Amino acid sequence: MAILEVKDVSKRFGGLQALKDVNLSVAENTVHAIIGPNGAGKSTLLNCLVGKLMPDTGSVLFQGQSVLGRKPHEINQMGISRVFQTPEIFGDLSVQENMLIPVFAKRDGAFRLHPFETVEHEAEVIDEAMAALEEFGMADKRHMHAASLSRGDKRRLEMAMCLVQRPRLLLLDEPTAGMARANTNRTIDLLREIMERRDITMVIIEHDMHVVFSLADRITVLAQGMPLVEDTPENIKGHPKVKEAYLGEAA
Amino acid sequence: MLGLNKRDTRFLIIVILLTLFTPFLLQPFPEGSAMAQFNGGYPDLMAKIAIFGIFAMGFNILFGLTGYLSFGHAAFLGVGSYAAVWMFKLLTLNVFPALILAVLVAGLFSAIIGYISLRRSGIYFSILTLAMAEMSYRLAYSVLTPITNGETGLQVRDTDPRILDGAGAAQYPNLFGLELSTSWDWRVLGHVFTFNVGFYFCAVIAIVMFYVSLRIARSPFGLVLKAIKSNQTRVNYTGMNSRPYTLAAFVISGMYAGLAGGLLAVMDPLAGAERMVWTASGEVVIMTILGGAGTLLGPVLGAGAIKYLENIFSKINEQVLHDWFSFLPDWLADPVVWLASRFTGEGWALTLGLMFMAVVIFLPGGLVEGGQKIAGWFRRKPPADGGDDPEHHPKPAPHVPHMANTGD
Repeated sequence: MAILEVKDVSKRFGGLQALKDVNLSVAENTVHAIIGPNGAGKSTLLNCLVGKLMPDTGSVLFQGQSVLGRKPHEINQMGISRVFQTPEIFGDLSVQENMLIPVFAKRDGAFRLHPFETVEHEAEVIDEAMAALEEFGMADKRHMHAASLSRGDKRRLEMAMCLVQRPRLLLLDEPTAGMARANTNRTIDLLREIMERRDITMVIIEHDMHVVFSLADRITVLAQGMPLVEDTPENIKGHPKVKEAYLGEAA
Repeated sequence: MLGLNKRDTRFLIIVILLTLFTPFLLQPFPEGSAMAQFNGGYPDLMAKIAIFGIFAMGFNILFGLTGYLSFGHAAFLGVGSYAAVWMFKLLTLNVFPALILAVLVAGLFSAIIGYISLRRSGIYFSILTLAMAEMSYRLAYSVLTPITNGETGLQVRDTDPRILDGAGAAQYPNLFGLELSTSWDWRVLGHVFTFNVGFYFCAVIAIVMFYVSLRIARSPFGLVLKAIKSNQTRVNYTGMNSRPYTLAAFVISGMYAGLAGGLLAVMDPLAGAERMVWTASGEVVIMTILGGAGTLLGPVLGAGAIKYLENIFSKINEQVLHDWFSFLPDWLADPVVWLASRFTGEGWALTLGLMFMAVVIFLPGGLVEGGQKIAGWFRRKPPADGGDDPEHHPKPAPHVPHMANTGD
């Protein structure tokens, strides 16, 4: 069953048709990659999924409910988490405090005025945050300033912060952009681990073909705002249209 | 104690002791000695330090914790003063109704201004708050003169109804009959220590408000505020709506400002629009940064330092300078006095400016960071890990050690 349905989504920025009649259906508990040359509309599509952009036409349904017009925090509460191209974490806080925020968000919802409770006394929240740090192998770094983490650890922390909320859908925007090959491989392993351990669906936007072919169950190729093909990695690899799109860009 | 861990309890006790012993701490020199003019232990100044300490503490919740720099907080101070004086005029000279109304009115006013200004962040937010405060200031002088009494300012008069006060009621702000201007002098070994009801009233409220801000900083709510300062995008993508959180922080800090404004009126029952002028808003920004934004004690120290130095420096006139430099030959004394007088008396703002620049450049964490460095030297440890108190640090990293207690 499809967890995410994108139907006829179009988006125009002035004279630029960023997305044109994009249709996408993401099956539950799979990894769906969206690839395409620069300017193909990948990020625009992702921004339409998380409420940052409003498409001109079309609909986006998550578990049968429309996500369009909702604010980022509402979309998160529907069960969609997002990992950014550069890890968005709380650099001024400790690693443990970073993990507490999503746990509090899950417990308290969009807003709760609780100025006379004490963080230290929230044993359940702290335990849950610590368990997640343990799971992602970051428990020994819990007292570190998040800003002082290595890039790979920041990415790991961001994913842990997303996953501690048990989202149904995780959106990843070029999770390995700017990483050295060794780090990229570590991220691939991490994502594979997550897929094995949890019931979760992932939509990945990625430039790096190595990442895409290592992870994806299905691949959609976007070119000039339009879906070119959608197929399994094996079929995409040799697809003439895909080669053309990428070679066309290279030439 | 009181829901605080050991470290915070010790911190709070130190603050309580410092506050209660202010009449001694600010009065170190014997009466009549050459240094006596550096004494700051008179009620008016001490109460001002406590009041502006409250103002800066509240401002710090918005600026230090949440990262929103408001340039309009003096408006809430002014509104609090007006509300308090109106209570004095209409109901009673007892201070409690006045303070309660001051807090409520400032809370309501800040909810309106916050709701509008918080649509933007960063510099746009600062400009919006500045504009709002300046509008309030102008309105107080023009359209709102029936409420504010314009340039004359709002005062308590004998003809006021004061419907709750009987015939024999106190004629000055009082605590159920005990007038706040009541003082006792204690003369010992050439010193004169003044204990004033008004100061102790302000001091007790300041301690309570300090405790409140300590609890807020340690609460999940405070943690979310720090997270908003650090990365608002991530807060929103984590399922929290940052708007109500920032609005709550804004209103809380507005209520602190209203309380401070009410206390100013309590100590001296008149209110004028000059309290709302934009330089007054700038002053609390300077206090907070000078002391150490984001730390709990910093803003109070900053308020104390500025109010103390303002009083001391303003008192140093040319005559005093001539006395000091009389040991110099005349041809040298005159230029030295001329130069020094630019920085004292009326020119004290110049000294404040230089001091502020020095702190921002050499001690970006404010006076608290300075204190930490000194403490670090005494412990013969590098100052970076010398800080004893978790809040005595501009960056929140040291909150963690005490959280580890429950995590382990």
